[in-house]
Amino acid sequence: MIALVDYGAGNLTSVRKAFSTLGARFFTPTTPGECADVAAIVVPGVGHFGATAALDAPWREAISAAVVRGTPLFGICVGMQWLFEGSDEAPGVPGLGALPGRIARLDGNATERLKVPHVGWNALDFTRPARLLDGLASGAQVYFTHSFAAPVTDACAAATTHANTFASVVERDNVFGVQFHPEKSSDAGLRILRNFLDLVGDRA
Amino acid sequence: MLTKRIIACLDVRDGQVVKGVQFQELRHAGDPGELARRYNVEGIDEVVILDITATLEKRQALAKTIAAVAREIFLPLTVGGGIRTEEDADAAVEAGADKVSLNTAALKNPGLITTLARRYGSQAVIVAIDAKRREDKFAVFVRSGTSDAARDAVEWAREAEAHGAGEILLTSMDRDGTRAGFDCEMTAAVSDAVNIPVIASGGAGSFEHFTDVFTRGHADAALAASIFHYAESSVADLKRYLRERGIPTRLVS
Repeated sequence: MIALVDYGAGNLTSVRKAFSTLGARFFTPTTPGECADVAAIVVPGVGHFGATAALDAPWREAISAAVVRGTPLFGICVGMQWLFEGSDEAPGVPGLGALPGRIARLDGNATERLKVPHVGWNALDFTRPARLLDGLASGAQVYFTHSFAAPVTDACAAATTHANTFASVVERDNVFGVQFHPEKSSDAGLRILRNFLDLVGDRA
Repeated sequence: MLTKRIIACLDVRDGQVVKGVQFQELRHAGDPGELARRYNVEGIDEVVILDITATLEKRQALAKTIAAVAREIFLPLTVGGGIRTEEDADAAVEAGADKVSLNTAALKNPGLITTLARRYGSQAVIVAIDAKRREDKFAVFVRSGTSDAARDAVEWAREAEAHGAGEILLTSMDRDGTRAGFDCEMTAAVSDAVNIPVIASGGAGSFEHFTDVFTRGHADAALAASIFHYAESSVADLKRYLRERGIPTRLVS
């Protein structure tokens, strides 16, 4: 079973629908202890980084311990941002710290009419091979909606440019994340979710 | 590069898609689930369901229609029409909407924008503005275009952004259903006044109209109904046309 962590950050209906369509078996843990013996942990999220404050020290410890044991961890949108150390959007709220770096606001560019929030379909520029991106070609387009983003670090597998270049896909060992919404990115997004489920399946 | 979005609008009444001219003379245009399926295959970027008679008849957005469309697509889905309270928004989200579109209720109570933005994030809250030209200004109308709100569209868009709106859906009532082209001046006036994306609506009749609204109109997205419903033009053809003219669009193979 996959633990789909619901910490009250917005609407998970679309994520649930996508995982159900792909045949995933998942549940929503109500206590951190329920993350101990799962096939994978998914941290979705829309909205404000501050909502991740609900993932307090016991949750962070339980999820970190699972990652150390090799459990795949997948963060989506704010969930991906949470994999890093923290965010300028809510400076007092710590991230998981599974990946080094800090989330910063996109600058935009008024003269080029590059607005923030960055809303819509933009390209994934692959920076290296990654299991999440199996079967997709660099340049594949996915749906974004966000104002803050992760830096391009060693963990970055695909980057996207909207005035700034930021990490849109991260993958390091068993830690995975996407800044966009795969559950709303049509066939490309479903392929990424299926790739994640496939690698979880391999492990089980 | 961020692409320009093409959004299909399903104006829904009694579970069926209908389309009017200048908010009047509704006629039948098909089944919402079937249309959504076709648009998804053709590469539509988003779908909007507007329960067009909801405000007048005090009905809530049709959960069954939302669910039928949500089953067909893995794309952003917006629901509008008659969303007046947090409970109305919850019901739409529960049925499968990713975003809700507020119109009359937002003007009456701008605090609702903030409440919903806190609950679901700004990206989930669209403020829809129906406006008509009046001299050199753009007058806002509410209650499905029947009531003059005594507000200017540019000012109201700015205020909606300040309250937490994530996008503006701007409909030209003068152009709605006429196929005479988008109101590019109005769209540019609003788009230049806010930092959030502006979706232009009302008047799409040819591919050229989309080029205009993305260039002269400074639109971030364009919404249309009739041009797609009757299968006169495919979404894929439109996107290829735009791309050939230097406007970035998402193509599906």
